[in-house]
Amino acid sequence: MINLNFIYSEIFICLAIMILLIIGVFKKNSSYLIYNLSILSLFVCLALIFNFPINENVELFNNSYKIDYLSSFMKILLILSGIFVLLSSSKYIQIIKINKIEYPILVLSSITGMMVMISSNDLILFYMGLELQSLALYVLSSFNRDNILSSESGLKYFVLSALSSGLLLYGCSLIYGFSGSTNFNIIAENINQDSYGLTFGIIFIITGLAFKISAVPFHMWAPDVYEGSPTSVTIFFAILPKIAALTVFIRILYVPFFNIIDQWQTIIVFLSIASMLFGSIAAIGQKNLKRLIAYSSIGHMGYALAGISTGTNQGIQSSITYISIYLFMNLAFFGCLFMLRRDEKYFENIADLSGLSKNHPLLSFSFLIVLFSLAGIPPLVGFFAKFYIFTAVIEQSMYSLAIIGLLSTVIAAFYYLRIIKVIYFDKEKDKYDKNHNIGLKISLAISTIFILFYFIYPSPLIEIIEKINII
Amino acid sequence: MFEISLGHYLILAATIFTIGVVGIFLNRKNIIVILMSIELILLAVNINLVSFSIYMNDLTGQIFTLFILTVAAAEAAIGLAIIVIYYRNSGTIRVQEIDKLKG
Repeated sequence: MINLNFIYSEIFICLAIMILLIIGVFKKNSSYLIYNLSILSLFVCLALIFNFPINENVELFNNSYKIDYLSSFMKILLILSGIFVLLSSSKYIQIIKINKIEYPILVLSSITGMMVMISSNDLILFYMGLELQSLALYVLSSFNRDNILSSESGLKYFVLSALSSGLLLYGCSLIYGFSGSTNFNIIAENINQDSYGLTFGIIFIITGLAFKISAVPFHMWAPDVYEGSPTSVTIFFAILPKIAALTVFIRILYVPFFNIIDQWQTIIVFLSIASMLFGSIAAIGQKNLKRLIAYSSIGHMGYALAGISTGTNQGIQSSITYISIYLFMNLAFFGCLFMLRRDEKYFENIADLSGLSKNHPLLSFSFLIVLFSLAGIPPLVGFFAKFYIFTAVIEQSMYSLAIIGLLSTVIAAFYYLRIIKVIYFDKEKDKYDKNHNIGLKISLAISTIFILFYFIYPSPLIEIIEKINII
Repeated sequence: MFEISLGHYLILAATIFTIGVVGIFLNRKNIIVILMSIELILLAVNINLVSFSIYMNDLTGQIFTLFILTVAAAEAAIGLAIIVIYYRNSGTIRVQEIDKLKG
């Protein structure tokens, strides 16, 4: 019983899902109410996490569930971004008519799955969390079900994600067989260098996880799914599953398999280099902004993986800093994208941005900030994110990784700057609507201010993240 | 006398797993076949887990298998539902014709 005290936030969110479902069934036209109630329940969940001392380090349920600083921090990050995503997309889902009661409930259940993933210290629990989040995401990506693009993206995501969880499971079974347990601590004790079964298992697990964070060569679903699904789901895809999967990457690689780092390090370095290069080159010819941000997120995941590949606490910390900063940049980018609305219709091509600065100076300024920050130009926050990563990488003398990373940053800057050129120097078009919902304005304002003014006082974020010590 | 050892089970599971993965990539006709291939992959994992669990005298593997079976059922249900809504929109479930999104 005492164990249950530590997972109040998970229990609360599960109960909230069921109660909201009941309300949705028995009360007619309650989609708006349920949407707001689910934002409220995310706030309560956040409060419940803060309610416990954050430095607590406990293992629950036969050491299968772990609450420590890393998991609490990542959960806070996850729920915060969930709140921002829901706040900024409320008007969008009304206008494209997907404001059904199931939408926020699916978002909540996927967040529950991610929380389980983040805290898991056991292969079974990790798999259950992963499936809970994926099953909800399959439905979300095909949520606009009368639209052929949305249903096709759901189909593609389903097939590739199910394949990837199959690969991951095969890896889990091999690791179970060759180490004798599914618990991360016992695997760490039983591991030995020269077992081929374990090496295969690690490779399969890394493959499965790389699918989830869309690292090259397992990226092929990302552009299609990002483009096809509704924008409110794309922003979800771009942020939340990546936070969860990156945490699992850190947990799996650094708790059970840290003793055989020489076997997985080269794999992660390869994934990182391939993602950075591919993400920057393939985005050059894109015309659709959602597709472009998909390639850009592939590249960004490459940088986050570069931090993980170092094998030091500093590398992990820089990766976590990167993902927290990436979150705000994506929130701001999609916030700008949600503002491109005219006559109940949303626009998402680069050509639609042409001459935006004449009619909407403030919106174009936020676009400018976000794109400069994504390109990594100082003094915006994106520069610091890349700076921490490259410092950690260079301290481990992995110079080739750092050089390729810097080169791909330069290539990537081209397509970000091209959008800015379209916004500021091309022929102007009709005005867009200005009546946006307050949640979207708040989340865009917060993320833009964070991006713009981070450099004045960067120490709080660094101090929080420096306490994460895995090794 | 010939005895069936752990290795044989593992080879069986690996073969079924490979058939499943190859089935997804080589199949150009029908999306239902992909669903069946995914199911094959999950069943291969189950064979692996159960045989490890028997040979190590440890119940965890069998419990894991039960979880995988339930999840596989849920996954198949959602997959079929997505295929149905896709068919309603496009009128086909041939793999070659699922190409509206590209670039």
